[in-house]
Amino acid sequence: MSGWQESAITLAVFLPLLGAVVIAVMPRSADRLVRILGLVFTGAALLVATIMIFDFQFGAHDGLQYELDVSWISAIGARYHVGIDGISLPLFYLTFVMTFLCAVYTYKVLPDPGRPKAFLALMLLLETGMAGTFIAFDLILFFVFFELVLVPMYFLIAVWGSANREYAAIKFFLYTLFGSVFMLLGFLAMFFKSEPHTFDILRLQEFAMGGGFTHSIQLLIFAGVFLGFAIKVPMWPFHTWLPDAHTEAPTVGSVLLAAILLKLGTYGFVRIALPILPDAAETWAPIIGILAVIAIVYASLACLAQRDLKRLIAFSSVGHMGFVMLGIATLTPIGINAAIFGMVAHGVITGMLFFEVGSIYDRYHTRQIAEIGGGMLQKIPALAGIFAFTAIASLGLPGLAGFIGEFMALLSSYSPAPMLSETLFRVLMVFGGIGTILTAGYFLWTLQRVNLGTLPDRWKEVSLRDVTRVEWLAWAPLLVAILALGVFPRLILGTTQEAVEGLLRVFGG
Amino acid sequence: MTSVAILAQAGQIRNPAIDYHAIAPEMILAGTAFAVLVLDLFLRRHRKWLAMPLAFAGTLAALLATLTLIGSERATFGGTYVVDNYAVLFKIFFLGSALVVLLLSLRYFQDGRFYQGEYYFLLLCSFLGTLTMPSSRDFLMLFISLELVSAPAFLMAGLRKSDPRSNEAALKFFLISVLSTAIMLYGMSLIYGATGSISLEGVARALAGPDGSSNLTLAAILLVVAGFAFKVSAFPFQFWAPDTYEGSPVPVAAFLSVSSKAAGFAGLLQIMFVAFAPQADFWAPIFAVFCLFTMTIGNLVALQQRQVVRLFAYSSIAQAGYILLPFALAGLTPDVDRDAFSAVMLYILIYGVMNLGAFAVIVGMSRESPGLLVSDFAGLGQRAPALAAAMTLFLVSLAGVPPTAGFWAKFFIFSAAISRGGIGTVLAIAMVVNSVISLGYYFSIVRAMWLEPITEPVRPLRFSPAIVGVAVVAGAAIFAVFFYPDLFAQFPPVSTLVGQ
Repeated sequence: MSGWQESAITLAVFLPLLGAVVIAVMPRSADRLVRILGLVFTGAALLVATIMIFDFQFGAHDGLQYELDVSWISAIGARYHVGIDGISLPLFYLTFVMTFLCAVYTYKVLPDPGRPKAFLALMLLLETGMAGTFIAFDLILFFVFFELVLVPMYFLIAVWGSANREYAAIKFFLYTLFGSVFMLLGFLAMFFKSEPHTFDILRLQEFAMGGGFTHSIQLLIFAGVFLGFAIKVPMWPFHTWLPDAHTEAPTVGSVLLAAILLKLGTYGFVRIALPILPDAAETWAPIIGILAVIAIVYASLACLAQRDLKRLIAFSSVGHMGFVMLGIATLTPIGINAAIFGMVAHGVITGMLFFEVGSIYDRYHTRQIAEIGGGMLQKIPALAGIFAFTAIASLGLPGLAGFIGEFMALLSSYSPAPMLSETLFRVLMVFGGIGTILTAGYFLWTLQRVNLGTLPDRWKEVSLRDVTRVEWLAWAPLLVAILALGVFPRLILGTTQEAVEGLLRVFGG
Repeated sequence: MTSVAILAQAGQIRNPAIDYHAIAPEMILAGTAFAVLVLDLFLRRHRKWLAMPLAFAGTLAALLATLTLIGSERATFGGTYVVDNYAVLFKIFFLGSALVVLLLSLRYFQDGRFYQGEYYFLLLCSFLGTLTMPSSRDFLMLFISLELVSAPAFLMAGLRKSDPRSNEAALKFFLISVLSTAIMLYGMSLIYGATGSISLEGVARALAGPDGSSNLTLAAILLVVAGFAFKVSAFPFQFWAPDTYEGSPVPVAAFLSVSSKAAGFAGLLQIMFVAFAPQADFWAPIFAVFCLFTMTIGNLVALQQRQVVRLFAYSSIAQAGYILLPFALAGLTPDVDRDAFSAVMLYILIYGVMNLGAFAVIVGMSRESPGLLVSDFAGLGQRAPALAAAMTLFLVSLAGVPPTAGFWAKFFIFSAAISRGGIGTVLAIAMVVNSVISLGYYFSIVRAMWLEPITEPVRPLRFSPAIVGVAVVAGAAIFAVFFYPDLFAQFPPVSTLVGQ
């Protein structure tokens, strides 16, 4: 089995890339075949990832599983070092699940201008980039995967997006590239300031344990790395690319953007920024906490003002990621666990919401809440019911996935790590709590305006399809996951706990 | 008087034993150049293009001869001409780019009915200069090489005789080049006067001595640097480049922006990191200023361009700015010097591949629309999807975004800069901001190719096999280097020149 242990990750990550190449060389006329190939390759990758879960040693302390560490670029000592621990696993698996479901969805639904070949090739390339980021344990490898998502996402938005797509696509590209190049400089500084010089994330963590970088250097490096991750998350005030990108992107693009892409930023904080730069993290934590809470409150207020349903969901993403960042800022095991749980929950719930908004748009050909005008429950009850279920999960109803992460984030904020100001974080907790109320407010108000009320005359005569078979296929796993994660939070927390505690040892906790 | 003195010194080397193996590539290329010129006399008008296959075969033979020199350490002509790994690597690069430029030229010059025989002769002469450049280890040889690269290029820039722009291109290029040559030569003569030596190592020894930092030598260094700044079109000496590139035949613009520029950098590397190395504290800050302004101005002006060749002219100015960055890091420790030196080399090599690839597509496109505008790329994604994909790859690579080789090119410069710290960090930050800006104009072409709606019915666009071949090879190389950068990064050429 040793061959399997070493090659499983590589197989899972690069199967989609292989798929992209295979699809790219298919003739243009092979429309159906291309969509089947998309299913086959995302499915195969998901299968590999699933087998990996069964083989995973849960509860093993520290250390990576499925580890492979071989030389890659000898000149600079960058290595192909991949592996999985409890923190990576949920996000890694989520990537394969979401992309597979997107391939299922794309089997039937593809926005103008069609061209499934290009669409699926780009989506598979995107999958390799996203999955790779979660298993890379070398900074350069991490960066390469992190950046690999830019080009395919640019094209997904720019070609298949809605009216204002080109602006949104280039804004997304420039904005996130701007952040990540500073991150790269930060990585290089880590390399040159560490003894011995290394890009290896685990070695850098050990280095940090044994004293590590001086405080002033940490602050500088953290600033660069922060810019990269904060834009990706996105944290307020770096969030302005997100509503545009989300609103203009095609459904599948929005789903992957919300479910996986945003997590690259928060994952980066957990995996790289905190354990390697602990002193700077302590200094920066209050700022991150404050920005996170501003994001929560600001986003929920912005949601109240949105008229476009998709833009509303986009802004709600900013708020949910605020909770994730608040958990991270507390530097406590509960907070980090909350963050990872929040990432997965947000991925499932908001991914689902974007699917639904996409389908609503397919029916109504508008995303304006006022034009939909209410009464969706009467017209297409199944879709409206699913929408209500997901929205309620998103506002954090206990028993569904959205609740645990946000509750734990607020809880950890009550008693942050000892070196942080308790008063400040309790104030933040109060504002975060107000944010949850506002969140509940705008989601319920949205449901009221879309689902309830009487059906406007203009829709009475129009025939609107309810949820189709392919949609059920793509959505059912997510709906089950929303419920399952809410009822059995141990599905995630049981995986992450050990790894998080190992990670936080550097803070002396 | 001074140049006479230099010649006098060169004459002191009596009966040098010539290592013919070491200079075999140059001799083959020179022989081919004259064969092309003679062959041209005997060809009828419609068969003039046959000069190209001959030139191509000769270049290929020279390339094979160069391959036999890998790993050797040869010096000839009394040590003024050295063939080591550094030189061989550059020679392979130059001969490879020569093959590409020849391939791109065939159709272009055949269609345009220019002076084909003369053109190939001139082109080969220029490439002869690029070959001797990295082997030259004294100022005299360097100067001759540089002139051998430039002088035929004046004529090549003006080959589109009937177009006033081409005339302007040639004239501007000629006048500015001659001016810069005069400045550089004056600087070199001052160096000789001050140090009594023209060999790179001799000058380095003298500059390390007590009189090394006299005002005279510093002024001389400044003059030589200014001369080279013209050649590589660095700010504030960059303004000739856009007009010259735009007016020249497109393959000549490709030659100027890649081979000629790389030759300039090959010379500059040797002069700065070997001869002038002891005075790095003086000249490194000058390069910091050059670098900062060159990349910023190149990028900002490129954002305004609608004409593709002009856009690439400014882009190549900006890229030259990036290549200048490692020069500004010199003089702190031997380690940093070595990193900076190899960063420059890697950038030049990768830049050459991606820029030639892009020019291949531009040459192909300019058959249909001579004054190629960015908007002429509209719909290329549907008219020629494979070529459009290749062009996208080249543009992404020029912007330095993964998954392309251009990322590593920038990476090694960042890496050297961060390891230097101080001014290096500042320049690195300026460079990352610039790379983000550059994405703006590179993607204006990507946007046109894939997103611009086309109103007329789609007409497939056919490219000649030569162009497709170049684009495919360059594209494959860009991917291969990205996934396995050790292909490039492991070359040890650096050790023979710098460090230790």
